[in-house]
Amino acid sequence: MLWQALTLQLGYNATLVTLGALLLGVAAGGTGTFLFLRKRALVSDAISHATLPGVGLAFLVMVALGGDGRNLAGLLFGSAITAWLGLLTVQWLNKHTRLSEDSAIGAVLSVFFGAGVVLLTVIQTMSQGRQAGLDSLLLGSTAGMLFSDAAMIAAGGAVVLALALLFRRPMTLVAFDANYAAANGLNVSRIDLLTMGLVLAVTVVGLKIVGLILIVALLIIPPVTARFWTDRAEEVWLISGAIGGAAGYLGAAISASAPNLPTGPIIVLVAFALFTVSLFFAPARGALSSVLRHRRFQRHVHRRQGLLALANGLPIYERYTMRLLSQEGLIRPDGVATKIGERQAASAMQDEHRWRLLREMPAHEDIAARYDGLSGLETILTKDQLRDLDAKLAEGKT
Amino acid sequence: MKKTSHLSVLQGETGEGLAKNALAVRGLTVSYGEKPAVFSVDMTVEAGSMTAIVGPNGAGKSTLLKAVLGVINPLSGQTTVYGRPLEMERHRIAYVPQRASVDWDFPTTVLDVVLMGLYRELGLLKLVRARHRQVATEALERVGMESFADRQIGQLSGGQQQRVFLARALAQGADIYLLDEPFAGVDAATEKAIIAVLKTLQSQGKTVVAVHHDLATVETYFDHVFLINQRKIAEGPVAETFTADNLQSTYGGRLATAQLDRLSEVG
Repeated sequence: MLWQALTLQLGYNATLVTLGALLLGVAAGGTGTFLFLRKRALVSDAISHATLPGVGLAFLVMVALGGDGRNLAGLLFGSAITAWLGLLTVQWLNKHTRLSEDSAIGAVLSVFFGAGVVLLTVIQTMSQGRQAGLDSLLLGSTAGMLFSDAAMIAAGGAVVLALALLFRRPMTLVAFDANYAAANGLNVSRIDLLTMGLVLAVTVVGLKIVGLILIVALLIIPPVTARFWTDRAEEVWLISGAIGGAAGYLGAAISASAPNLPTGPIIVLVAFALFTVSLFFAPARGALSSVLRHRRFQRHVHRRQGLLALANGLPIYERYTMRLLSQEGLIRPDGVATKIGERQAASAMQDEHRWRLLREMPAHEDIAARYDGLSGLETILTKDQLRDLDAKLAEGKT
Repeated sequence: MKKTSHLSVLQGETGEGLAKNALAVRGLTVSYGEKPAVFSVDMTVEAGSMTAIVGPNGAGKSTLLKAVLGVINPLSGQTTVYGRPLEMERHRIAYVPQRASVDWDFPTTVLDVVLMGLYRELGLLKLVRARHRQVATEALERVGMESFADRQIGQLSGGQQQRVFLARALAQGADIYLLDEPFAGVDAATEKAIIAVLKTLQSQGKTVVAVHHDLATVETYFDHVFLINQRKIAEGPVAETFTADNLQSTYGGRLATAQLDRLSEVG
């Protein structure tokens, strides 16, 4: 069943949903990156909650005009308007009052959401409202998705993605160094508004599939996850889009493979699973690799300290150092150096001398900057350079 | 050292002809809330000069630089660059912000930061090509950081970060360099390296303006000084302007008298 879902063989509706979720995920991951880099992730929470009153108002207006209140395009349009108002309110409060951005977000989020809930409750009492199922936009619902809905989601996602791609350079520059960006003639607040506008668009597009409460997860989890894998903004962007897309595709497929599995929450859980795997196993910044790196470094330090102690005839106090050296056969159980141990201690000592001399020489300034107290100089200098250095060392001694 | 600075002042005067002033600021007022941080300041920077902006903490030094560049909007006042409005000549100015103003854990490498200096050239669409990387690498070489090109910027020391920021400005190939406290929290070696780069720029006819904190080095590093404490106190060549009296007016009672004594002896 799951395999069929993954290979898009589970019927028309499931296929629509899965492809829509894939595009939505890519757009959300790509756009969310700039939000994350700008350190304004929570603004997306205010935006998404501020969509709700718009949904209610749009429904009322469409019914009043004698149309179908459930028209998705109309609902999304309404939600975009109040979300935009919410965003502007956050910006205004932050700029013109003493409220910080997080308090402004808290205020806007709860007030707009409260207003939306009131509207939806009123709509529930209306005869047209009862079957409308507007509350499905809270957590997303993919049952009965129309082709036109899917096409709209796909088109919206594609436009957002294209805009994010086009403006990635100024958005990254503003996120890293807004002052420098402004000095280069960039209009920082306009770029910020663009970033937020893209986030808003993703939120609105994602209402149908993921719902307004969980869309934040799809904006934030992918870039945070991508950050574990790389140290470059451009790659964060790419990886984040891929993770968002994978979460959307897998999540939608899983939820289609069994009855009663909600699409939005499953997509978020898949994103979280990818996050967890990255947190532990990503080679660049994952927890496991940093523990291993630390261990290796610690071992390196102890070994070096031990060898230098041997070379200088000093006692070794650290148990770990002793164990390390004896494991490698560098000392005997009573702590006296073996033949190999003596040789290695002497070479460690020589390396120390070389480094000390090198760091005094202006000509080698760039190499000296790489001094970490551990790496052997023979791994950095050429044989000729080493010979010169040793000649100087010998000179110094006499 | 004195000799070189005199020479380049002459170059600036003869070389630039009519547009003798690299920067001219008129009636600049900036305020945060109701309190003016910089009030009605006029500032003239000769082309080819090297100017220190000096004043106590909170005197509006950084604010002045930012307002000149339009990074923050002034309440009033305008800037001309080589006699023309700022917006027309913006590409001729490179800005080096305070190191502490950015997050150094940002996912970017040293080379990528320097490539940001080419933003105006690259714009939205142009791809970063080998020749752009070449420009960035050369800028890194000038500050002695080329071997760090691929490092994540968080791994750098304070002095190295400052050099990278300077390299980003160098990559712009600008004529005017505005630096905000380039020597804050850097070691002596970096300070020497940075000042050497700045002197080289000056010898090529470029103009340098730096917010500077260390009164002891003003005379050795700079040939012009701009004293500010919310209002302009004085500006001009160091020899005539950097006097005990002017410093007293700038710092009020806050300046150690020992420093003033030393200066009046020199003066």
